[in-house]
Amino acid sequence: MFWTINDRGYDPFGAVRNLQREMNRLFNDQEARGESFPAVNIWSNQDQIMVTAELPGVNPDAIDISVVQGQLTINGERKLDIPEGVNCHRQERSQGSFSRAFRLPFDVNNEKVTAQYRDGILYISLPRLEETKPKKITVKVK
Amino acid sequence: MANEKKISQKEENLQKTDKGAELTQDKPVYIPAADIYENDHDITLYADLPGVDDKHVNITLEDDVLTLIGHQNDEAPDGMELLYRGYRPGIYRRAFTLGVAIDREKIDAKITNGVLTLTLPKAEEAKPRKITVSAG
Repeated sequence: MFWTINDRGYDPFGAVRNLQREMNRLFNDQEARGESFPAVNIWSNQDQIMVTAELPGVNPDAIDISVVQGQLTINGERKLDIPEGVNCHRQERSQGSFSRAFRLPFDVNNEKVTAQYRDGILYISLPRLEETKPKKITVKVK
Repeated sequence: MANEKKISQKEENLQKTDKGAELTQDKPVYIPAADIYENDHDITLYADLPGVDDKHVNITLEDDVLTLIGHQNDEAPDGMELLYRGYRPGIYRRAFTLGVAIDREKIDAKITNGVLTLTLPKAEEAKPRKITVSAG
């Protein structure tokens, strides 16, 4: 399956955070969002892979997507506009650079990868490489 | 620990607003991350609501309780199978007690790229007044 590759390498507290999230979910019906930013869902069928990532308030020009040797990498930076001359009551939204990488289940046509940004969600469409599509072999009967 | 804090805050708010009523839909309810700033004239709130467009966000101000509800787009790509799940589309809900009189006519809300920006101008009587002291 997919393995998240983390900048910092091995993350010893990842399991604890996951457990905490699960417990929150069980007891509160309210979840804290995942700790990996951005949160990503990966979909596929025979012809393509679709990756959706929750990236609210990010300038699309600051998102960098690459596919190298079957690994998809999403890099970017989120900058917040903090108004000047104000009292700050809460600051929960985070800013800074992010990076996530995923190993794809099949080879994709790098030339045809497209991405779209809508309502704070990044949609990446990765069409499968023609040569790797499963071929149907008909059996001839003599 | 931060999560626990947020949740208890949320529970407190729920008790004040809708007494912890559950939603009829079986969807996860999230607490959106928010930034709140205040100056002499208004309170500005930013909340991260990825996957929520202007048609699926609902903001109410009742007495001095501000409630935000946003329904995330949960459409699955056509004919595709989910391979890896990092998030589950759900509902963002959060309530704040403002504690300051707001000029309701001039509230401005917009949602861009999944970020809700809410400007709540203070009512005239709530604005700080400078009182000049004259030496007699």
